Amino acid sequence: MGLLQIKNLNLSIGDTQILQDISLQAEAGKIVAIIGESGSGKSMTAYCVNRLLPRGANVSGQVMFDGQDMLQLPEPALCDIRGADIGMVFQEPMTALNPVQTIGAQVAETVLIHGAAQKSEALKIARETLNRVGLPAAEFPLSRYPHELSGGQRQRVVIAMAIALRPKLLIADEPTTALDVTTQAQILGLLKKLVVEDGMALLLISHDLGVVADIADTIAIMRRGKVVESGPVKQVFAEMNHPYTRALFKASNHVPDRAAKAQETPILQVSGLVRDYILPRKSLFGAPPKLRAVNDVGFSIKRGESLGLVGESGCGKSTLTRAILGLDAVQAGRIEIDGRAVTAGEKVPRELRRKMQVVFQDPYGSFNPRHKVMRLVAEPFHLLDNAPTGSARHQAVEKALTEVGMLAADADKYIHEFSGGQRQRIAIARALIIKPELIILDEAVSALDVSIRAQILDLLAGLSDRLGLSYLFISHDLSVVRAITDRVMVMKSGKIIETGDTETVFTAPQHPYTKALIAAAPVLEKTP
Amino acid sequence: MLIFTLKRLLSLGLSLIAASVVIFVVVEIIPGDPARLMLGINATQDAVDALRSQMGLDQGLLARYWLWVSGMLQGDFGISYTYRVPVVEMVQGRVWVSLPLALYALLLSTVIAFPIGIIAAAKRGSWADWLVMGGTQLGVAIPNFWFAMIMVNIFALKYQWFSPGGFPGWDDPALAVKALTLPAFVLALPQASILARVMRSALLDTLSEDFMRTARAKGRTAKGAMVHHALRNAMIPVLTIIGLQFSFLLAGAIIIEKVFFLPGLGSMIFTAITQRDLIVVESVVMLLVFAVILVTFLVDITYALVDPRLRRRP
Repeated sequence: MGLLQIKNLNLSIGDTQILQDISLQAEAGKIVAIIGESGSGKSMTAYCVNRLLPRGANVSGQVMFDGQDMLQLPEPALCDIRGADIGMVFQEPMTALNPVQTIGAQVAETVLIHGAAQKSEALKIARETLNRVGLPAAEFPLSRYPHELSGGQRQRVVIAMAIALRPKLLIADEPTTALDVTTQAQILGLLKKLVVEDGMALLLISHDLGVVADIADTIAIMRRGKVVESGPVKQVFAEMNHPYTRALFKASNHVPDRAAKAQETPILQVSGLVRDYILPRKSLFGAPPKLRAVNDVGFSIKRGESLGLVGESGCGKSTLTRAILGLDAVQAGRIEIDGRAVTAGEKVPRELRRKMQVVFQDPYGSFNPRHKVMRLVAEPFHLLDNAPTGSARHQAVEKALTEVGMLAADADKYIHEFSGGQRQRIAIARALIIKPELIILDEAVSALDVSIRAQILDLLAGLSDRLGLSYLFISHDLSVVRAITDRVMVMKSGKIIETGDTETVFTAPQHPYTKALIAAAPVLEKTP
Repeated sequence: MLIFTLKRLLSLGLSLIAASVVIFVVVEIIPGDPARLMLGINATQDAVDALRSQMGLDQGLLARYWLWVSGMLQGDFGISYTYRVPVVEMVQGRVWVSLPLALYALLLSTVIAFPIGIIAAAKRGSWADWLVMGGTQLGVAIPNFWFAMIMVNIFALKYQWFSPGGFPGWDDPALAVKALTLPAFVLALPQASILARVMRSALLDTLSEDFMRTARAKGRTAKGAMVHHALRNAMIPVLTIIGLQFSFLLAGAIIIEKVFFLPGLGSMIFTAITQRDLIVVESVVMLLVFAVILVTFLVDITYALVDPRLRRRP
């Protein structure tokens, strides 16, 4: 008899059926992974366990936890169980902590709510728990505030809050999705260690097969509110009985066919680029300190080439992008676009600017929701001196849309009518419309589900072959960069520390940081 | 936090200097010779000149500005053109009506607004929420002079719980507070309505934050999470409004002072303007500006106390 047994769980919110007939179990000392793409109901399954459901939720079935049916318990009893017997870790460490309370107070709170100790004792437990999750007293006193910590450190605080009372079950909802690969590896290691030490059960929810492959004991694959396949990890990975499981594996490892050959002439050459940020003054007098976000960076992209840029958050990737696009003034250095130079302090002239377009990460936030797709896609036309008007303009938009696999009729819709993957296609159409030669893809596929990501990668590869486009492909996801780029640069603390052919860098990395990065990245074994 | 406070103090000083310059220049630009005004049309030129030099009006612009500012720093606000008494004396009696009235109204406004704002947010969409939203809409919309007269009719004339107007002075504090109760309530009602709405929307924003879910996952009850996590986070916009309301209440009570026959700053400045008693206007406006800037400073410091993230911002 397991610690947690979910039987025939159904959930609907309003008229929408979210979960259908879910059955799962978790045992003490074991890790159960729930895998699925967005909207598959994996998070909602977890929220059914501790009953933190949104308003209007209607559940039926059975969730037996430690001999009690969680679906039958009244709210006060649930409050007693939450935090004490069931801990929870969330996806977004940046917002999961109360910004106006110290980390000590927030960890001690778990202890205090459940009356497990007096205040001084609770603070002592908080201290010990923070030590356990790798936040030692010397560097991380209890009086620290969340904004003084990095994302990974905050996630450790969230974990400390969840395990302060040594719960029997820990639910981790995408605990590493918002973190860098090296931090991700550390957090996963920490979770695994806690499971072993405390003998607790871990329900690990993720969209990433690679993340769970190494540490989970059993796995459940969910799609559209149903568990399509479940069992011990090795068995599921070996058998893959359900076609969706196979499709998910294939998409995770997808490498698009690419035929484009890089030409010799460079489209973009950057040398000695420097970008400083001025920080708030530390003292009342004296010059404010500076942060050198981009430090003496130089590289070139050839026509038809796809260049990758990898690095962890805060390494200066996005600052570099903004500098190349001419959105920020640089302090020193030289940018040469198609043979014409733009020096520091100058504005990038329109005729050069139109050779470059950008696609950003967030397919939801990078469009004005009040404009129709027609107007959104036509936006870059302002860079042209004689932009097409009237029906020519319409035709150009429709052509760009069909180019990325959308329908011409989609031009008359609003952006909220499209899914994340479709929006990213529209973003690419918007980039294509003025026939640029270089497209900068800033984490352009990072927010997408693996199956959608595979489609977009195919689209990008095809466009590059047909139109001879060059890409600067920026991502923290090493497997994607490996799949789509010819050469790759590794960036750390504002500097490019390694450059080379993608395969060479991945198979024989030179710099220790590159080695660490590649070692930390979860790898899903290629399936037979 | 020390650097933050020092910076805020510096900005307080600079704001005061800027304000004093603006007020001085504006009063300078207004046509009319105060000496001539005081002595009347029939005064001889010699008499006017003598008074001008006595008042320091024959000196240069900078000298006069310095005279005015240095006087104020020593507590000398000049002498009223109309009443020939030191402005300080005129103001003193009035401040002890306006300041307590403003504080009283602010207290009532906060005491009314906080609970109903919190209830409306906690029970969003319920009949209680509807009632609060409807009631506050009405509270903002009612003209306060009309509401004041209704209050006087009911509580002063019909039930005779309060006197319909006037102020007995602070010799008996209980009587003074009683006299200020009706006007303070009338002043507080629209402010409380605004504050309750701000409180509600700030809380609703906070309730949907991720850390509220974290609190529930730790075992906090819905109420516990609201009290321990949501309230403090919702305070920033609420504090902003409270600061603005205090500034308004201090000088914006002219109509209410008239209705209740209260000898406050509002009615005094109104009279001074109609009588072109510029030195009084100048001094009282400066005093009010000082109060407003001081309140802004206090609100800024409170922000930083409430939210640690603001402490390191310049």
